[in-house]
Amino acid sequence: MGIAHDLGLVRMRRRLPSPARAFRARSFPLRAPNVPGGVAPAAVPGRTGADFDTAWARRWPARMGRAAVVEGPMRAMVQVLASPRRRGTDRLADLDGALIFAANHHSHLDTPLLLTSIPEPWRHKVVVGAAADYFFGTRLAGATAALVMGAVPIERARVGRRSADLAAELIDDGWSLLIYPEGGRSPDGWGQPFRGGAAYLAVRCDVPVVPVHVGGTGSILRKGRTMPRPAAATVTFGPPLRPEAGERAPRFAARIEAAVTALADEAATDWYSARKRAHANASGTLTGPDAGIWRRQWALDGRRRTPATRSRRWPNL
Amino acid sequence: MAAERRNAPRPGLVLDVDRSTPPILFHHGEGFRLERLPPGRSRIIYPAEPLAGLPDPEAAIRHALLNPLDSDPLPSRLRPGMKLTIAFDDISLPLPPMRRPDIRQRIIEQVLDMAAAAGVDDVHLIAALALHRRMTDDELRHALGERVFDAFAPQGALYNHDAEDPDGMVELGRTNHDELVTMNRRAAESDLLVYVNINLVSMDGGWKSTATGLADYWALRHHHNVGTMQRSRSFMDRHRSELHHSNWRQGEVIKANGPPIFQIETTVNNNTFGLDGPLAVLQKREWEWSARDRASFMAMHAGLRAMPASACRGVFNRWLAPYEMTSVQAGAVEPVHESTTANVLAQHLVPVQGQTDVLTMGLPYICPYNVNSVMNPILVMCLGLGYFFNLYRGRPLVREGGVVIMSHPTRREFHPVHHPSYIDFFEQVLAETTDPAEVEAKYEAQFATDEWYVHLYRTSYAYHGVHPFYMWYWGAHALQWLGRVIIVGGDERAVRRMGFQPASTLSDALEMASDVVGPAPTITHLHNPPILMADVE
Repeated sequence: MGIAHDLGLVRMRRRLPSPARAFRARSFPLRAPNVPGGVAPAAVPGRTGADFDTAWARRWPARMGRAAVVEGPMRAMVQVLASPRRRGTDRLADLDGALIFAANHHSHLDTPLLLTSIPEPWRHKVVVGAAADYFFGTRLAGATAALVMGAVPIERARVGRRSADLAAELIDDGWSLLIYPEGGRSPDGWGQPFRGGAAYLAVRCDVPVVPVHVGGTGSILRKGRTMPRPAAATVTFGPPLRPEAGERAPRFAARIEAAVTALADEAATDWYSARKRAHANASGTLTGPDAGIWRRQWALDGRRRTPATRSRRWPNL
Repeated sequence: MAAERRNAPRPGLVLDVDRSTPPILFHHGEGFRLERLPPGRSRIIYPAEPLAGLPDPEAAIRHALLNPLDSDPLPSRLRPGMKLTIAFDDISLPLPPMRRPDIRQRIIEQVLDMAAAAGVDDVHLIAALALHRRMTDDELRHALGERVFDAFAPQGALYNHDAEDPDGMVELGRTNHDELVTMNRRAAESDLLVYVNINLVSMDGGWKSTATGLADYWALRHHHNVGTMQRSRSFMDRHRSELHHSNWRQGEVIKANGPPIFQIETTVNNNTFGLDGPLAVLQKREWEWSARDRASFMAMHAGLRAMPASACRGVFNRWLAPYEMTSVQAGAVEPVHESTTANVLAQHLVPVQGQTDVLTMGLPYICPYNVNSVMNPILVMCLGLGYFFNLYRGRPLVREGGVVIMSHPTRREFHPVHHPSYIDFFEQVLAETTDPAEVEAKYEAQFATDEWYVHLYRTSYAYHGVHPFYMWYWGAHALQWLGRVIIVGGDERAVRRMGFQPASTLSDALEMASDVVGPAPTITHLHNPPILMADVE
């Protein structure tokens, strides 16, 4: 026993009312009622994932804040990490109204890079389709993504109309959409087959799709890495694509993928030779050879214009 | 209101000046003057408002390439293994340079895309600059876009025409007037020559594109001379232009002995300063200036006056015009050019009744030969007496023996890299004589063959040694026609060196003009730019 016991303080503390104990001991109606046995609980509306409400992030105060972030720290970060070369913005000169930007996806840096590359007047009226299960898993993460990137939740794990309806509604309201049709970041530097979301929305809302190729961000912050390493990145905007009369979404999605593939070729070589290969259906693939891991990596290195690792002086004295 | 104007632009206007007429804007180099014209005997010719641009330029270009005039569609003229050359207008068009994407880029990308589909490997792109200065990489990049530049420039397939390359030119023959016809060798030996043109004024395009743009001094001297200029009424009116007659004769030789040509011509509206923005006030009629327009004009005017000339030049040189393409046509040279000329005139022509005793004009900061450069006194003369004076159809705006009053600072300044021969022309030739015929006879050959000037033309960014002569000849028709030329606000020594009279104010100039044309002369002010062309009855 100690001095406190000797002085009788322990007994005194026991007698004092404890707020925690009182809180735990509260009863209905101060606490939620128990569900009677045999009764199915009523569904609770979700506030995360695809159910996360992002409308507040498209009101003026949030937009102003986002514009300040994009033009300030985000642009500076992108410049330091990626020194981006932006090409093809002139291809958008004749366009106005909402657009769907469909880009390949290598890295978390892709979104900041694209948000600082998309030209006016679309740059500050664009929403980003973000994985509902990843970016909106918690309310804090969702709020941050919605505020900083203008993200809206897109279901990728299950089929649902909610994401598509929200995106279509926003496009009809004049918002442009940045979407990654691959559905996630590249696991190995090669692209993944395009899903039909961008094409479906373009057909449904009758807006053009701007294919965009992002190159080099995989070397900066590829999937699985936590610390970025500065390297050169390129963003190439392609000529806008419109769904042809009667064209269905899967076919249009294939055209979008082919356009991004041709842009990848253009970024790796030059425009004219890329056009020749595109006309000859020889642009290569975005998804890489159907081969083992080392052969895919080997082929990937052959496509890189700049080495993935920085050259080091030797001996390093 | 602005949207209505866009859909139904107003035609040009001839305004009779009365006491209620506000002061009129005169361009004055990199500045402006507001001048009152005497009421009752003055009139002002305003240009038409900008015509609406094509709603879908890319589709219009594609349609033109697939449905050419008197020619097979372009894709059917392309095949693997062929030699394709694409020539295009140089930095002198349009004026000022236009915002991206430039028309040349739009067209050339579509031509190249068709060539890529056909599997054409051997493609060269040539800036058809004749004896102008070479375009810099940045200028080429601006005109053709990043994609074309990056695909062709690094491998040496995009370059400037070199009229002094001893191995780079070929003779195609002589016309029935014994005029020599030469052409860039690569273009001449191609299986197809595609020419991409921008028509800013009715002088441009047609056979002038290839017969002049890809030729050398020995071919150009047959039409770039005093006699041709003096016989042209005017060189802006193709059917009454001796310059064009000569080019068309050379075109016949090209047709017979040269490469097959696929001509692509375009026209732009006269949206030089924009319908809104900081310079929009410059293409509004003065009585329609809003409070905002007046405020922006006063701020601009005061700012420019406070800045040194070089800084003002920098400001204006950064201005890119928001021109819009109003037409595009492709195919055989003659039918294409007929259509182009009609489209140009639809924007520029303003009917004007009768001539005037005194023609006034405010000269702006730019002419075809000082893009990203300095407007030297010889170019002031060329712009005023060459281009503006000749912007007529029918008869000159000013009567024979009349007076032209130009407003320009006419500084004694030259760009040492771009215009080296101009300096010597100004200091040596004009010090002795200003008579174009005498200048031509005594000095032209010497300057044209000077090895140092040739070297600078080929390796630096200098206009050819003979170029200042052509600028002087450009005003030969006006010099022959006019009784006096007065420059308001110009450097006195520079103005006198050119044989003109300096005046401090417009009132002084009008007073001086009355010595030649008599008291109370009729006055016409050419409110240009944006560009207009007077159709004088």
